[in-house]
Amino acid sequence: MIPALWISKTGLDAQTKQISVISNNLANASTVGFKKSRAVFEDLLYQTVNQPGGRSAQDTEMPSGLMIGAGTKVVATQKIHTQGDMLTTDNSLDVMIQGDGFFEILMPDGSSSYTRNGQFSLNANGDFVTSGAGYLLQPQVTVPNDAQEIIISQDGEVSVRVQGQASNSIIGQINTLNFVNTAGLQPIGQNLYVETAVSGTPQEGVPGLVGFGMLVQGALETSNVNTTEELVNLIETQRVYEMNSKVIAAVDQMLQNINQQL
Amino acid sequence: MDKMLYIAMSGAKQNMRALSITANNLANSNTVGFKADLAQARSMQDFGAGLPTRVFAMTESPSQNFDRGAQLTTGRPLDVAIEGDGWIAIQPLAVGDASTKVGLASVKSMVAEEAYTRQGELHLNEEGQLETAKGGVVLGESGPITIPLPVSNIHISKDGAIMVQPEGAPNNVQEEVARIKLVNPDVRDIEKGADGFFRRKDGKTTEADVNVAIRDGALESSNVNPVHEMTQMINLQRQFEMQLKLMKTAEENDSSASALLRAF
Repeated sequence: MIPALWISKTGLDAQTKQISVISNNLANASTVGFKKSRAVFEDLLYQTVNQPGGRSAQDTEMPSGLMIGAGTKVVATQKIHTQGDMLTTDNSLDVMIQGDGFFEILMPDGSSSYTRNGQFSLNANGDFVTSGAGYLLQPQVTVPNDAQEIIISQDGEVSVRVQGQASNSIIGQINTLNFVNTAGLQPIGQNLYVETAVSGTPQEGVPGLVGFGMLVQGALETSNVNTTEELVNLIETQRVYEMNSKVIAAVDQMLQNINQQL
Repeated sequence: MDKMLYIAMSGAKQNMRALSITANNLANSNTVGFKADLAQARSMQDFGAGLPTRVFAMTESPSQNFDRGAQLTTGRPLDVAIEGDGWIAIQPLAVGDASTKVGLASVKSMVAEEAYTRQGELHLNEEGQLETAKGGVVLGESGPITIPLPVSNIHISKDGAIMVQPEGAPNNVQEEVARIKLVNPDVRDIEKGADGFFRRKDGKTTEADVNVAIRDGALESSNVNPVHEMTQMINLQRQFEMQLKLMKTAEENDSSASALLRAF
């Protein structure tokens, strides 16, 4: 009926989505390996009510037209893959990637997913698994029962010290994967990402080589959420929401006026 | 009597249109790189038989507010903000059908090959082309920019040069693969199209301007001034009420005239 009502409604919708994104970021502010998201807004198509240059009278043209935008829309939520801070834990199964790269995780259905959360645990077999669901790390690394100490080097070599042996024995190698467009990865929860058409195919490499981040044992990567930034965004979003609802209230009053006055 | 009623009605209708522009500005107060639309009213005299006593109002959107928005630092390497004046040249998607969906959108603006935006939330698509969040492909000095994939690192320098480190290359190897076409046309020569991108009114393209500088890791916020828009809204609302008052007066005049006739 009245375009202004629907335009403000798109504003309210978009700000509500923005609040959801902000609250998810804040809720995950202390999730290891979490990457913040950002809502991307765009203006909707413009409706031309009067075309500039149209005829206004026989010999005159309108110097400017009337184009009314249709509001705003959240077109995408972008993951921002900047590095989080280092959190030292001294736990030998905690691994942080310092630089680019993802760990490859084997999903129960046989597909691969990728994570930057290096909080690993061991399962009953002694395999490296994710802490939550217990998915296996790829390539698989199995720690023997009699291992006393696990050492993960910067380049991903996993070795153990076994009682009674003078030298450490190498039990596996943790490789990391890089993506051309990390923002194109699809988050699926549990700190995991899956590859999409826009992320590019994963390129496996040895940590610490050119383009691949080093591994740091006994440390974790904190989330890259900047809580101050999120709170500033929250204030801004809330006020923009209020202003949009003010427009709706104004249009409502105008319509009420029509009904009462006429 | 009828003239007064219709003139007041036209005023109320045009106030509503102006309010839609205000509503759109407010809805986009969080849209990166958005330029607020201006609205103004113009008197349109109605010439006909007799004296030209009727002057209707017409709302029009003469241009946009080209003031700069605030710079937001994001730290993302593919976010760019333009420092000072200037625009990023892009090739908008073929949106011929999108415009027919709206029906009234400007057809002329869809034909132009080159459009301008200050929205710098760039990303790579699957072909390695640099795209804006809204879907236009960023133009280089010779057509759309395609990054030779795979690369391990992308960096955009102040003059728009895109430096990449090819996958597997040593850290000190930075290749310049393209340069973003940055232009600075006179704002009087450009207009906003139906898709929100700016285009030249004459349909031509603009030469790249070396003086336009960009900053990576930052974005330009919307330049909507909420205080101005809220004031504008109150102003329009009250004006609308005045038009209604006039319509009411027209009605009262009418009924007292009929009452007068009934008395005889």
